[in-house]
Amino acid sequence: MNERTRKLLKLISDGYENFTGAYSIRQNGSCAEMRSTEQVSITTKADHSGIDIHVRPGVQGEIVNIPACVTSSDITDLVYNDFYIGEGADVVIVAGCGVHSDGEGDAQHDGIHHFYVGKNARVVYREKHIGTGDGSGKRTINPQTFAEISEGGVMEIDSTQIKGVDSTNRVTKAWLAAGAKLRIKEKIMTHGKQTAETDFIVELDGEDAAVDLVSRSVAKGSSRQLFRSRIVGNTRCTGHSECDAIIMDQGVVSAIPELTANHLDAGLIHEAAIGKIAGEQLIKLMTLGLTEAEAEAKIIEGFLK
Amino acid sequence: MLELKELTLQIEGSREIVDHINLTLQDGKFTAITGPNGGGKSTLAKLIAGVDRPTSGQILFNGEDITGLSITERARKGIGFAFQQPVRFKGLTVRDLLELAAGEPASETQLMEYLCAVGLCAKDYLSREINASLSGGEMKRIEIATAIARKAAFTIFDEPEAGIDLWSFSSLIDVFSNFRQEWAGGLVVISHQERILNIADEIVVLSGGRISAQGSREELLPGLLGQSEDCRTCMNGEAHRVSYPGGKGRSFI
Repeated sequence: MNERTRKLLKLISDGYENFTGAYSIRQNGSCAEMRSTEQVSITTKADHSGIDIHVRPGVQGEIVNIPACVTSSDITDLVYNDFYIGEGADVVIVAGCGVHSDGEGDAQHDGIHHFYVGKNARVVYREKHIGTGDGSGKRTINPQTFAEISEGGVMEIDSTQIKGVDSTNRVTKAWLAAGAKLRIKEKIMTHGKQTAETDFIVELDGEDAAVDLVSRSVAKGSSRQLFRSRIVGNTRCTGHSECDAIIMDQGVVSAIPELTANHLDAGLIHEAAIGKIAGEQLIKLMTLGLTEAEAEAKIIEGFLK
Repeated sequence: MLELKELTLQIEGSREIVDHINLTLQDGKFTAITGPNGGGKSTLAKLIAGVDRPTSGQILFNGEDITGLSITERARKGIGFAFQQPVRFKGLTVRDLLELAAGEPASETQLMEYLCAVGLCAKDYLSREINASLSGGEMKRIEIATAIARKAAFTIFDEPEAGIDLWSFSSLIDVFSNFRQEWAGGLVVISHQERILNIADEIVVLSGGRISAQGSREELLPGLLGQSEDCRTCMNGEAHRVSYPGGKGRSFI
């Protein structure tokens, strides 16, 4: 594992030293280090690039780290990771991604993740994306996450992209069985000429399935963001999506929500609000002694917390 | 000590909203500013905090001319301002706001004290976001707790009772009674409420942008209460007497 990867790991996860459970560190398209535990096995795929993660049924409280780092230019890393979460298990999976470019060449990571969440299992999936380096090469992260959640299963996706990623095109698709729950919290900040597109598709197939999708984003400079969410209620179920965006400078945000109720008892809601920071919020914090710039930073920090 | 000298705000093409106000507000005194709606009370508060800028006149704080200073500079010099309509923030928590007000990370005990003073339980509120999930009454209490955490040398509260339910109102009076005992700096409360005026040292009546009366509570309050019992409204050119049910806490202006 190179020094750059060690630095990126500090930004996208708790840091290598703190990995207590199973882990797999991917560096520039290949595995740098890997460890399985009694409860969680990580194996390299035989047919193509990527790993299979098997969590035994009933496992409680293990934190699995699977960070991926691209630390030099002219690398495009495509990886397929499959997660099998056993019945009744309760685990946290941290899948940060750091992309560093100092040169003129592009650095790109495309992670394609499939989750198979067993009955009554619970998984928290955290992914933190960051781009670093001063090179003119483009830093790109295109994650795709597919989740099949069995009866009574719960999945929480906590996704954060705070800075340095020039282009991202994110696709998240989920299918929920009876009583399954999905909570998604997405936070994105773009600046300069960056672009970010996110596309969520959730199919509520089983009775009393529920999804809560919250996206908060900030677009600075002349960056552009597109948020698209599609929630389809095919039976008695509930769905809620919320897109809140702050625009600054010449930033542009588009929100395209779509709700489809294919059943009389499907209760679906969407909320969206896009606008600049409210003047009264700045004034309030300035009356507490903050400068306008400090107030603005604090409001954004809180908004994306 | 805060001194307002010939302080005036005139909106272009309109009359003066605040019209040549001369007023001295002493440290250690609780001053209540009251008067009819549209009389210029909130505008005066905003002029003091620097949210609005006067068209003429001066504001002196402890002898220093602060008329040209920004909101931030005035806040750092010790001017505190509690909004009539507290601002909501998505993402910022009650803890965040109290710590920003205190100017440093606060201990759990301190945070508990700030919230306790306004009748809120720290356990239930510190991690709450200051968003639409909080009621108007809760927002007002948090706004007052923020002012307490600020410990500013001079604090102005703009209608702390506005939007507060009856139960909270009773607690609010206790909060301001305690302020009166313990607050070393200057304290100004804009209010329509008899029970708040009743604990003030001095009362200033602002009407049409001018000070129409000023004096101690003992001098002014009986006259103001007299007006309340014979409140008149003018409809179609005729005077109609309106009787309010008795009891404390009624609005009389």
